[in-house]
Amino acid sequence: MAKFRVNGRQVEASGPDDAPLLWVLRDELGLTGTKFGCGVGQCGACTVHVDGQAVRSCLTPVSAVEGLEITTIEGLGAGGIHPVQEAWVEAQAPQCGYCQSGQIMQAAALLSANPKPSDAEIEAAMNGNLCRCMAYVRIRKAVKLAAAKPRRKAAVRPAEVRS
Amino acid sequence: MSIPGLPSPDRRRFLIAAGAAGAAFGFAAAADAAVSLGPFAGAPAFEPTLWYAIHPHGVVTVNVVRAEMGQHVGTALARIVADELEADWDKVRIVHVDTDPKWGLMVTGGSWSVWQSYPMLSQAGAAGRIALIEAGAKILGVPASSCIARKGAVFAGKRSVSYGDIIAAGGLRGGFTDKELAALPIKPASERRLIGGEFQARDIPAKTDGSAVFGLDSKMAGMVYARPVIPPTRNESKVVSVDESGARGVPGYRGHLVLDDPSGTVPGWVIALGDSFIAADRAVRALKVTWENGPTAKVSDADLEARGRALIADAAAGSLVVNDSGVDAAFSGAKSQLEAEYTTDAALHFQMEPLNALAFERNGIFEIHTGNQWQSLILPTLAKALGRPETRIVMKTYLLGGGFGRRLNGDYAVPAALASKALGKPVKLVFTREDDTLFDSFRSPSVQRVRMAFGEGGRVTAMDHAAAAGWPTEVMAPFFMPKGANDRPYDPFAINGANHWYNVGSHRVRALSNDLANRAFRPGWLRSVGPGWTNWAVESAMDEAAHATGQDPLAFRLKMLDGAGRNAGAAPSSVGGGKRQAAVLSRVAKAAGWGGKLPAGVGLGLATSFGQERDMPTWTACAARVRVDRKTGEVKVEKLHLVVDAGAIIHPDGALAQMEGAALWGLSLALHEGATFRDGRIQETNLGAYTPLRMSDVPDMEIEFVDSDHAPVGLGEPATTVVGPAIGNAIFNAVGARVRRLPIRPEAVLAALKSA
Repeated sequence: MAKFRVNGRQVEASGPDDAPLLWVLRDELGLTGTKFGCGVGQCGACTVHVDGQAVRSCLTPVSAVEGLEITTIEGLGAGGIHPVQEAWVEAQAPQCGYCQSGQIMQAAALLSANPKPSDAEIEAAMNGNLCRCMAYVRIRKAVKLAAAKPRRKAAVRPAEVRS
Repeated sequence: MSIPGLPSPDRRRFLIAAGAAGAAFGFAAAADAAVSLGPFAGAPAFEPTLWYAIHPHGVVTVNVVRAEMGQHVGTALARIVADELEADWDKVRIVHVDTDPKWGLMVTGGSWSVWQSYPMLSQAGAAGRIALIEAGAKILGVPASSCIARKGAVFAGKRSVSYGDIIAAGGLRGGFTDKELAALPIKPASERRLIGGEFQARDIPAKTDGSAVFGLDSKMAGMVYARPVIPPTRNESKVVSVDESGARGVPGYRGHLVLDDPSGTVPGWVIALGDSFIAADRAVRALKVTWENGPTAKVSDADLEARGRALIADAAAGSLVVNDSGVDAAFSGAKSQLEAEYTTDAALHFQMEPLNALAFERNGIFEIHTGNQWQSLILPTLAKALGRPETRIVMKTYLLGGGFGRRLNGDYAVPAALASKALGKPVKLVFTREDDTLFDSFRSPSVQRVRMAFGEGGRVTAMDHAAAAGWPTEVMAPFFMPKGANDRPYDPFAINGANHWYNVGSHRVRALSNDLANRAFRPGWLRSVGPGWTNWAVESAMDEAAHATGQDPLAFRLKMLDGAGRNAGAAPSSVGGGKRQAAVLSRVAKAAGWGGKLPAGVGLGLATSFGQERDMPTWTACAARVRVDRKTGEVKVEKLHLVVDAGAIIHPDGALAQMEGAALWGLSLALHEGATFRDGRIQETNLGAYTPLRMSDVPDMEIEFVDSDHAPVGLGEPATTVVGPAIGNAIFNAVGARVRRLPIRPEAVLAALKSA
């Protein structure tokens, strides 16, 4: 029964200790913004922050995050919109969008450790995140936009609805 | 070729139904359904296809029947309506609808969405604009001819009345007859205010904050999780026994089901059930299932290829898609000839969101919650599987975590529905990545033979092209197959591209269904489908022919893209014909510096395509600059230039995104992908073994659109199929090695170097 914090909230997992953090987040805590892609840590769709580090939640047993602070895509902006998310909209980076939570979490961790990464550093950090739509040109552009950005809030846009 | 069964904007009355809730605008589902109009709330006699509605507070709701899978289709289609309607974009809402017979055919694929919807939606928007101007003029007390519509209001000089107020006041006309509709003034290109230009896609913000809801995120109270145990072969497997002793100890295990499927979609299927996905997943690992294998359990790539070759060798086999007279005579009288075989390996969809579906019965209706590209195709199969009429099944389409054609085939919804029916509970079926791959309806491997005959001066006098592959349309949608000149049906999507716009003298195209492939797996529609292999053959052969006859590959092509005869093109979508293809090819060659000097080991290669179908050509050309390592055979793409003429562009930034993604797909399929079919199944079941392109593999890219007012066509696929042959041709120009198999592997380059 691992206890940890998610997006600032104290939680306790009810399943087995070796359950992957990904499924605890998605199915137990209802945080479905974190995605399941390959299950073997090679696509990056499940990337979350554990104490600020980008981690593949599909390979992380929930017991390993006991007492630690998890941030998911839902908590990244801490109530607002994170500059990386803002840059992602500005660059119109997502196509299908499924990998983008992981891409954004990876990029946010990169920029927090290295606010002005070089092209090679961006590639090295982002290469583990697969985008099957192959929106890489814009993902790279968005990382650079975010690196150049001061933190501020963005406007809310009307979204599509599904009946 | 025309595709049967697609909705036509002709012979449909346009109806407007006003009521307290607003006004609904749309075409009647059928001409004779237009006889009487009921209130907007919906009297039985009123069943139009409602493309949009305007509410008394001025909000315009556009109903989108296409699935969102990364192409921002809702934004593009709503912009078309809003432009003609002169709506205020900030008040436009986009709704992705559930399945309902009133929508007609629901399919998202083939790069069709904008091309097909544009005529109907722009006419619908124009009809609404005219009706609102008429009613607004009455309110303003002026003749309609002195009014204009802008940004959701009707103006007479400085006075105006908003669409919302016009709707609230009532008094809109009831509709337009066919004749009135035909005479409606569609705006000239110069009056477009929302089509073209810069704007953002509506679906994007939710895709950056975790709030976008994909099929995998769907939930239902009391649902049971399930994971499949994928049988050894896609078809013809039978379950002999299931030993669940190991699974009983898995916490949360809720038993297993051996599926009995009246639709025959999932033979030999067992699914494990659990309180959570983790429980179902672990149970699958612990279950011991034995199967009686189907007869294809030992089939491998070599068998598929041998079968393809045998079909090609049998001149009597196949469907004649192009069948000019004089082909054989041209070959007997030829000064020289060329014959080459081209092959492509299997390619996986590998969409990032593994297959999944949530199924349950509610109020007598079976609901299927999933991402899907062709609802109209899978509904009859679901009806058969569940033993209930289609009218008592509804599909709710979620965002797709990648389509690429995988979700045109909705087979994954069937086991979820069967399990839910058997259990009497909601079932959420989730595939792991490995399950998804093993159940993929991947792109069939292919074998092709191209022959060309040359006369004086290397002029092409005949071309004979035979292509053998698994046929997705034969397996899943045979009603979609037209007939060839010899009256035999063919899969248009598996041969498109071979019926090109080059004038090659006498032309023969023979399409062959690889029956062994169709039996051993379920061939799928994968981004571009046939042109993924046919254009590899056509465009490689064009370069081989040019080199064999001592001609420049660019000049050689341009001479044949003369727009003469059947390649002249026709309204509405192919005006200009082969000449527009020549134009994009010339432009890309110039942009890439064709004919210039390059360092040793570096080569520039060209390829072109008309996109998906002759009825809706997207004129596309690519120049690839590659560097080849003679020692290792490794190919590095340094730069891709692409030029495309897709007619008028609705959403320029979205169009560019599709070009970027499709071109990189082409590169990935050419150098990074390719799967092995062995012992009845795909061997590369996850990343590590299957290696799609990553950020570090992205070359420099320059993409240009031809500025055009021609009818808008499609952009999701065309760039996919020019990159591979451009790379192959560039390799030859760099080091003289001709590769004829996709993907291009270093060993093949080394072997070709040896024989060069």
